[in-house]
Amino acid sequence: MASEIENKIMSLREAVELVPSGAHISLGGFTTQRHPMAFVHELIRQKKRNLHFYGHSPGGDLDMLIGAGCVKRVELAYEADEAFSRIGPRFRRAVEKGSIEWEDYSNFGMVQRFAAGAMGIPFIPTRTMLGSDIVEKEGFNKKTRSDPKIASKKLAIINCPFTGDKIVLLPAIQTDVTIIHAQVVDAQGTVRIYGQNFGDEQQAKCAKKLIVTCEEIVEPEELREYPEHNLIPFFRVNAIVKVPYGAHPYACYRYYDYDPEFLHMYHNEAKNDGTFLEFLNDYILGVSDWEEYLKKIGGDRKLRTLKADRKLGYAPRLKRR
Amino acid sequence: MELMAVAAAREIGDGEIVFAGTGLPMLGAMLAQHTNAPNCVIVFEAGAVDCKLAHLPMSVGDPRTMKSASTATGLFDVFSTVLQRGFIDVGFLSGAQIDAYGNINATCIGDYHHPKVRFPGSGGSGDIACLSKRTIIIAVHEKRRFPERVDYITSPGWIDGPWGRKRSGLPWGGPSAVITTLGVLRFDERTKRAYLASYHPGVTPKQAQEKTGFKLDVSRAKETEPPTEAEIKILREKVDPERIFLKKAEE
Repeated sequence: MASEIENKIMSLREAVELVPSGAHISLGGFTTQRHPMAFVHELIRQKKRNLHFYGHSPGGDLDMLIGAGCVKRVELAYEADEAFSRIGPRFRRAVEKGSIEWEDYSNFGMVQRFAAGAMGIPFIPTRTMLGSDIVEKEGFNKKTRSDPKIASKKLAIINCPFTGDKIVLLPAIQTDVTIIHAQVVDAQGTVRIYGQNFGDEQQAKCAKKLIVTCEEIVEPEELREYPEHNLIPFFRVNAIVKVPYGAHPYACYRYYDYDPEFLHMYHNEAKNDGTFLEFLNDYILGVSDWEEYLKKIGGDRKLRTLKADRKLGYAPRLKRR
Repeated sequence: MELMAVAAAREIGDGEIVFAGTGLPMLGAMLAQHTNAPNCVIVFEAGAVDCKLAHLPMSVGDPRTMKSASTATGLFDVFSTVLQRGFIDVGFLSGAQIDAYGNINATCIGDYHHPKVRFPGSGGSGDIACLSKRTIIIAVHEKRRFPERVDYITSPGWIDGPWGRKRSGLPWGGPSAVITTLGVLRFDERTKRAYLASYHPGVTPKQAQEKTGFKLDVSRAKETEPPTEAEIKILREKVDPERIFLKKAEE
């Protein structure tokens, strides 16, 4: 393979062009941590439509995509910014209006499905969700299920062929494109993530195409000195985009914390259609790129308050209420 | 709120492995580490195992959960090799509705396909309910939150009685207490229905019954042991000095 000499480093605009409308996608991160937000903004600016979204616990990343009209269907376990919001307001609105299709699993269920896709097996057995309505009620209708890109049913419960015990089988997921935000990537594409990787490993490795946005791009020698600390080998990565603070308003361990002031503002604005549109125009559609957005949210002065303490990996003096 | 956090902490035995969610469970687990269970192991589903929290996290994936942790991987590892493998002694849960058998609804009010109100969904709650050895539920005690039967079982409790879990294929577990703003409910050994085990100071058993949507046996209820001054001091000064969750409840 010529991957080693291939130049994968590109602009955000070019990387987003790799995602067609209607694609089956997944985004890395977990509730208030490490979502590829710069990428999300550009997806919205490029007016992608009919996306099929797979997640475990997304937050404002999915909420903004839904609010901007980019999403047709979701398969997920949770949608909220945890302590900052009881639920993603745009997600709630869309479900209550019936303007998107949804399928519920549990977090463990979803990461197992990504893991099965990453391993190249068609399904994965699990003991979770038994006894719940998650296994009883299917969200997608027959028409959706007849789409060859979507599993023919939500799950199956069988008796284990070895013990006879009840067991749940979950269909594998292989996304068209997964996008994650990592702390460090080298110029060939080797990915290093500091802190918990959440479901990023399985989401990334189940993808047909993988795009990584990152805080820093370094020389391969630097990451190859400690290969045991790296998460994804270079040949799986199709595109690399350097976007410092690219997860704002969410936390990026060892780099910066979440932005409570912004998150409180977002959840306030996103409650109503009108104020959400203002938010969308002010912070996403009305700015040309991520640099302009960072200036808009308060520039260096704001970013300094979020900067992580070197030892702790977060900002201990951050005002969080 | 303080009383609930203290009650949650007291449910944790020393050395137990605890799965904690956002909010009160974090307060309870962190308090327990400072009081009755200094050796309890706090596990967060987003990946951190045995955190020694210095600052209260606002998310189970918060960078604050990394503080002095033993390992930090991700959901797949923690859910499969810790939870599903049977290592979680106690899991903390909450939800929008809790019924007489301790089933939790965190998904929707009304029909699943046409919900009147949509909630965030299971997250890890369904997993913790299925695969922890026991669970503690924390909830605001209001009639609409405590119906006879939840609209949607996101996280199974005893389902419909003593055989519900076994019949569904769940290998172990089940709820052992519901800590509410009014008291503590436990589950009858024989029927697995919730009864009032204790009522908080200033609350009467009658009030607890009035705020419950199903028939609540109050015959065994005693007054909840009030928090000690030391517990309150640690809670206010060490656990949540920023008053992130303590304040929220007062508002």
